[in-house]
Amino acid sequence: MEKRVTFSSWTIGILFAVPQLLLIFTFFYWPAGQAVYWSLTLQQPWGGGNIWVGLDNFRSILANADYWNSITASLVFAGISTGLAMFIALVLAALTDRQLAGSRLYRVVLIWPYGIAAPALALAFRFILAPEAGFLSVINRIWPGIWDPGLDGADAMASIIVAFSWKYVGYNFIFFLAAFQAIPRSLIEAAAMDGSGVIRRFWDIQFPLITPTIFFLLVINITESFQDSFGIVDIMTSGGPANATNLMVYKIYSDGFKGLDYSGAAAQSIILMLLIIVLTIFQFRFIERRVHYG
Amino acid sequence: MTMIKRGFAALAAGALSTALAMPAFAEPVKFDFWFGLSGDLARVVDTMCKNFNASQKDYEVVCTSQGNYDATLQNTIAAFRAGKQPTVVQVYDVGTATMMLSGAYKPADKLMEENGYKIDYADYFPGIARYYATSKGEMLSFPFNSSTPLMYWNKDAFAKIGKTEAPKTWEDVGADLKAMKDAGYECPMAINISANESWQLMEQFSALHNQPIATKNNGYDGLDARLEVNKTKFVQYVTDLKKWYDAGLIKIKSKDLGQDMVQAFASGTCQVILTSVGDHGTVGRTQKEGMNWDVAELPVYAGTERKNSLVGGASLWVLSGKSDAEYKGAAAFLNFIHDPKTALFWSTNTGYIPVTKSGFDYMKGQGFYDKAPYKGREVAIASLTASEPTEITRGIRLGNFTQIRAEFGTQMQAIFANKVSVQEGLDTLVKNGDAILDRFQQTYPGKTLP
Repeated sequence: MEKRVTFSSWTIGILFAVPQLLLIFTFFYWPAGQAVYWSLTLQQPWGGGNIWVGLDNFRSILANADYWNSITASLVFAGISTGLAMFIALVLAALTDRQLAGSRLYRVVLIWPYGIAAPALALAFRFILAPEAGFLSVINRIWPGIWDPGLDGADAMASIIVAFSWKYVGYNFIFFLAAFQAIPRSLIEAAAMDGSGVIRRFWDIQFPLITPTIFFLLVINITESFQDSFGIVDIMTSGGPANATNLMVYKIYSDGFKGLDYSGAAAQSIILMLLIIVLTIFQFRFIERRVHYG
Repeated sequence: MTMIKRGFAALAAGALSTALAMPAFAEPVKFDFWFGLSGDLARVVDTMCKNFNASQKDYEVVCTSQGNYDATLQNTIAAFRAGKQPTVVQVYDVGTATMMLSGAYKPADKLMEENGYKIDYADYFPGIARYYATSKGEMLSFPFNSSTPLMYWNKDAFAKIGKTEAPKTWEDVGADLKAMKDAGYECPMAINISANESWQLMEQFSALHNQPIATKNNGYDGLDARLEVNKTKFVQYVTDLKKWYDAGLIKIKSKDLGQDMVQAFASGTCQVILTSVGDHGTVGRTQKEGMNWDVAELPVYAGTERKNSLVGGASLWVLSGKSDAEYKGAAAFLNFIHDPKTALFWSTNTGYIPVTKSGFDYMKGQGFYDKAPYKGREVAIASLTASEPTEITRGIRLGNFTQIRAEFGTQMQAIFANKVSVQEGLDTLVKNGDAILDRFQQTYPGKTLP
């Protein structure tokens, strides 16, 4: 007879999971639950009391034209900056992967932007894009008034998109380069021997093989463009001019912390969370079908 | 054995703590003061705190900058909800209504009375005291750093168009700006139209012209006050500003665009700006070599009986839930700040103005306003005391006013970008502002402003 110490796999499993579950509960579910509760009440900022108002907060937010404007601005921002950041990173990674002269240097340098904190990079871009004193002031000297992010909403939106994309190009670049380098050289060499050119090889071999990475980055970029845009907006435009760059996450901050409207901000966070969930489900449902996992 | 060891340790610890609790000299009572100033101003506050700590042995104030006014209020609220609030906190002017309804403070006048300090409340400039007092005139907080806006004008540029005095009416301003433009000045006047400029463009303008911003005497008489700036003289003012902007007489200058209006004025790029007396020192320190400039009261429209301008800045609130010893310390600290000598120290090192008549007289007596770098700052006092405060020039007592200011910036930007007409923009400002006020009122059901 063999003696064996047995543990109930159920208990031991739970025991191992408890620390992690506790962390998740404390730092995610509990605050999220609190936000849901706040969104259904009117909270006095100093904690003097609250009133249950049901879905009134959601109703008043969704009836507000400014809020819809904010959703539109967020979607425009997410769409363009994700497209831009991914496209540029893809091109740069493809070129670096081809071992062109200096590619070792690019590999290091192109990663840096992601390491810069959003407010710092926003400050840098504020100087670069300043219409009177920045690098772009040259354009204004040739065509006066053509670049005016202070009053022109489209210019301001372009500014924050450029700043955000610049940061995420670095992030995307790391993943794209890793994906390219994971492709067996033999495949590419074989295709080259069969006489296909660089572009052909890219479309027929490399691109299909990195679709899982593209999909991953798409989900991350869209999610981050909703959340990580805060620092850039805060420093560069403060949501202006005339709410043109008042993205959802910035509006949550300004309503909640500057306006002390905790309940309205909580309701907006719930809506933002739902929106990101819906977008992510959409991506997994419809775009992931086109992804080939090796 | 271990038990005995532990017993000894406990005994030793006990003896040590008794020894600590009864030192030869009593340890000073520590209390926290949170403020919202940063940079140079924060250093001045720190020095003031050190001076207070050195002036007596019973209390020690620990002063902590929270970076800016918004953050100070946010952090204080968070700390209060967690029961770790500071004893004294600096809250900006427009946070007054929120503070009054918070139920989280100890009335300043009561605090001073309980601790045996006699403060002559009539000594405060009425324009300053009324802003922070209840509608019945009780002081719930103490005015601290105070300022008011002035018109900064470039004497050299005005000399070019044959003027030796600052324009007193907006009609004259319009004519002078035109003349300066014709004389070749690229930027006769600079303004900015973000949330911050609600202060000089909307709030101060309305006070000087005795025009209401909101019903119910700007909110002093009830939470059901609603905005009405879309049907006062303010409409004409915005119309004129827009007209001058379109004619190239006014340029928009902001930090986001590379140069804010104070820099634009100090560098000689722009000839007129409207900003706080608090910038007087900055302009003096950073001005272009040899530039001649001065300050004047904000202009009014011809035929207006000028009223007092409003105070801007912040006041000191004492929060509830602290020990008697800490309150004693807070009272001593507030009394120290109230002293005319501290007022002189404070105004010399910052651009802020004294808040009491005795402080002002003391500074005048010391010859403060005769010397070059500070000369001109007395205009701010003249502006604040231009008249007895009327029912609507006492101040503004509206909930979530920060959000209303933000809405002001948004609508002004829409107007200046030609997205909407002046009237449409101001109508939207009132509509959205009223929604904010409505929400504030709903958050505090059954409560009234003290």
